[in-house]
Amino acid sequence: MDELIRAITTAETPSQLVTAVKNLAATKNPSAIPNLIAVFGYNNPEAAIVAVAALTELGEIAVPQLLDQIDDYNYGARAYSIRTLAAIADPRALDVLISTTIADFAPSVRRAAARGLGKIHWHKLDPTEAETGTNRALETLMFICQDTDWSIRYAAIVGLQALAQEDLVRLPILAQFQLMLTNDTEKAVRARVQLALAQ
Amino acid sequence: MIETSGEEYSAQNAPNLTPEIAIAHLRSPDLSLRYYAAWWLGKFRVSQLEAIDALVAALEDEADRTELGGYPLRRNAARALGKLGNLKAVPGLIKCLECSDFYVREAAAQSLAMLGDKTALPALIKLLDGGVEQAVQVPGLPHLTQPYTAVLEALGAMGATEAISLVEPFLQHSVPRLQCSAARAMYQLTQESIYGEFLVKVLATGDLKMRRVVLGDLGAIGYLDAAEAIAQAQVENSFKLIALKGLLEYQLPKQSDTFGISEQAIRVMNLMDSLL
Repeated sequence: MDELIRAITTAETPSQLVTAVKNLAATKNPSAIPNLIAVFGYNNPEAAIVAVAALTELGEIAVPQLLDQIDDYNYGARAYSIRTLAAIADPRALDVLISTTIADFAPSVRRAAARGLGKIHWHKLDPTEAETGTNRALETLMFICQDTDWSIRYAAIVGLQALAQEDLVRLPILAQFQLMLTNDTEKAVRARVQLALAQ
Repeated sequence: MIETSGEEYSAQNAPNLTPEIAIAHLRSPDLSLRYYAAWWLGKFRVSQLEAIDALVAALEDEADRTELGGYPLRRNAARALGKLGNLKAVPGLIKCLECSDFYVREAAAQSLAMLGDKTALPALIKLLDGGVEQAVQVPGLPHLTQPYTAVLEALGAMGATEAISLVEPFLQHSVPRLQCSAARAMYQLTQESIYGEFLVKVLATGDLKMRRVVLGDLGAIGYLDAAEAIAQAQVENSFKLIALKGLLEYQLPKQSDTFGISEQAIRVMNLMDSLL
């Protein structure tokens, strides 16, 4: 294990790094989690994608460290953290996904977070918490339906479509979709609403 | 299409303008105020007649000159008029196609394409005089003799099928960007997939900057067969989403309230979802 980790820190070329990360990922060993997260900051997209996949597969056991190690100063690294948290869909990521969806400066990160908000595994919470959480996700996604960037509104619809699986929030989501179907200025956004309504 | 100079302004650092003040500033003794006001009127889509008239007048400005003899105010006025959608600007913009300043000609060609008035076609086609042989770098300057990219894109967007034989040779031009503009126009004028595939190939082989430009081309022409190649391109997701949005819009009927969504439209949206 130490050997595999050392291979990452001593990699001298981008392809050596990718190989080292792949080897570490193949162990599926939770003690590799911090090193996999650190890969997000190495500015090597190929290696980062391997790390995202590995952490996603490790699943909820990786969540606390993912939350703890979000890089507030490196938007590239942060994007990978958010994508991983969105893919794992653990409800402990809710607060981070909400604040990112609303306030991150990078649209790509906001879109990933918004999509993730729709797919959180609410059943892992007790019923009261699940209800509060679902409502907060709803409120957040409704809010960004007013965003000036069409791609954020598009991501909001994708998030809301997934969230509409929850009986609790289905009606307000359908009402929001009807509103956007008439009012949204972008044809592409209205088309995505239609697709959501058809499914 | 690359927006130069004017867009560098940040709206937050700008003086507070109203349409009336901006129009008045176009005649200010302070040349920088004129320049800024012309950009501002376009940016904020101030389309009232007074703005159009003042901008058209600014197309003939002689006061604001660069060291190299350029006309900064004319450039910004020409750019703004394209955004304001009033065909009253067309004759003045056509005249700008003969301006000695390359960037005025470029801005005029781009704006005429946006206005889509076919009376501009003969003047645009005239800029291709001499064909590929004349389309060479101007010594010491970072541009060719004419704004060929803007002209080719305009001819394609305006459906100038009469210009096909003049556009086609530019597929062989030595500047890769120009080849792409020609392919983009040829696809729009002929709907033949060979030109779309040319752009797809560049998407796979070009450098990052080129890939971004080509994504713009593919989105602008709505070449549906490129959808998967766009989704897989080695480019930031934001660029890919914009290109796919262009494809999607071509798949949607003009009247949007009642549109049904086709299989193709769903295919494009599924790809877009995967890029969020």
